Amino acid sequence: MTALSAIHGFVAGIGAAVLGLCQSVGAVTLFALKGVLAILVPPWYFRELFRQIMKIGYYSLPVVGLTAVATGGVLALQIYIGGSRFNAESVVASIVAIGMVRELGPVLGGLVVAGRVSAAIAAEIGTMRVTEQIDALTTLSTNPFRYLVAPRLLAGVLTMPVLVAVADTIGIMGGYLVGVNRLGFNGATYIRNTVDFLTFGDIASGLVKAAVFGFIITLMGCFHGYNSGRGAQGVGRATTNAVVSAMVLILAFDYLLTELFFST
Amino acid sequence: MSTPKIELRGVHKAFGSNRVLRGVDLSVAPSESMVIIGGSGTGKSITIKSVLGLVKPDTGTVMVDGKDVRKHNREALLDKFGMLFQGGALFDSLRVWENVAFRVLRSKSTDECRELAVEKLRRVGLGPDTADRFPAELSGGMQKRVGLARAIATSPEIIFFDEPTTGLDPIMSDVINDLIRELVVELKCTAMTITHDMTSVRKIADKVAMLHEGVIQWTGPVSELDTCGNPYVEQFIHGRAEGPIEALR
Ligand SMILES: Nc1ncnc2c1ncn2[C@@H]1O[C@H](COP(=O)(O)OP(=O)(O)OP(=O)(O)O)[C@@H](O)[C@H]1O
Ligand SMILES: [Mg+2]
Repeated sequence: MTALSAIHGFVAGIGAAVLGLCQSVGAVTLFALKGVLAILVPPWYFRELFRQIMKIGYYSLPVVGLTAVATGGVLALQIYIGGSRFNAESVVASIVAIGMVRELGPVLGGLVVAGRVSAAIAAEIGTMRVTEQIDALTTLSTNPFRYLVAPRLLAGVLTMPVLVAVADTIGIMGGYLVGVNRLGFNGATYIRNTVDFLTFGDIASGLVKAAVFGFIITLMGCFHGYNSGRGAQGVGRATTNAVVSAMVLILAFDYLLTELFFST
Repeated sequence: MSTPKIELRGVHKAFGSNRVLRGVDLSVAPSESMVIIGGSGTGKSITIKSVLGLVKPDTGTVMVDGKDVRKHNREALLDKFGMLFQGGALFDSLRVWENVAFRVLRSKSTDECRELAVEKLRRVGLGPDTADRFPAELSGGMQKRVGLARAIATSPEIIFFDEPTTGLDPIMSDVINDLIRELVVELKCTAMTITHDMTSVRKIADKVAMLHEGVIQWTGPVSELDTCGNPYVEQFIHGRAEGPIEALR
């Protein structure tokens, strides 16, 4: 009897979790569609867009740059140590370049920006929800999706590729610095190897990933902030959820996109 | 009798098991000043938010100008309204003047917007030096008045004031009460005000409605407030702990 009810409880628990998941996926999808629609259809709030581009893109440069230079340097060192049996000089340059551009630039850049931007957006919009500023927007005949969500989503999609392009460059520079100063490679050869190995596809796939991650990061911030619970506690929970879900989705989409681009 | 400007019929709203509104019927005539009184947490704010569509009633209808709000064009409808939120709800990323002139920021030049904002701020007793500050730099009462200036900025037909004088000193309260009265008498606005302050009620109201336990317990002209004989109203206006309204201790 107790065993039966335990099984019953277990199955019911799974059912509830699955239903909850479906519900959240549906809610996020609907939210994203409304956001995209708000991007495509006027009125547009260009001043808000510009502000968000500055906030999301420009002010993320230092942290993204720092992450990239460290990653590029460490990568060069690791590959040299692991691959010194082979032709180290060409292997290091090409792996650093491909690794940074295809994978580490977008993913690490995405994760770092997720921590910074998703949290900030969720906290800001969540606070606006809690202090009735979103209601006030509505009563002032301003659609919150156009005024708050659309500029952030668009800023994310536009700025992340630029940030990642910068990260790629700085990461390769990091590899170069370690290669030339620490491992004693020839600088000109290092750069020639990098350029020779990189294809347009490597760069493009990385930038497409970046744009998708930019959308995910801002979407999660907006979604959780917009649906924030009441009070400071609600905003805190929204912030945490935004960062965690953005990071998980970035990793999941990274895999999916990699399959899509390179599995032919 | 002309069509009421605002009419609520059998409005119900529950949050989970908390049945806040249980059939609110209320009608407000054009250019009339209706004041809603009632204890804290009885659903006064929810009532006016359901008129604005910020809260969707579970059942019941809300009509503006004799037409169901769900059949109105929402943007056009909201253009008729001004609302002062209980907490001010100022946009803290924008300066005071941008807050006040928010509705016209995109259609008018910066100078015109500033001019409008400074004029409205003056009417709520704030000097032009406040215009360039951020809401977070103002005191609570000042924020409330900026919210008020924003609500009246584009001279809407219908204005809702959620506790316009709480947090203000008695003199400033009187200035605000005068302002609300002026809007109703001179600009023929329809006003719905929530307040706990009986002085304000007597000064602002044409009619008073008492909300308790999710329904309007009494409504009538302010002149009959003292003689209506309704036990809820009696207890409320005299501020007694004893009576049909239970005060939990
Ligand atoms: N978003 C919400 N979710 C759940 N419950 C809510 C929500 N908003 C309001 N309530 C509940 O509805 C009830 C009425 O709230 P409302 O804000 O209308 O009160 P009020 O009459 O304006 O009180 P006060 O005079 O203190 O402002 C309260 O019990 C509150 O807990
Ligand atoms: Mg209230």
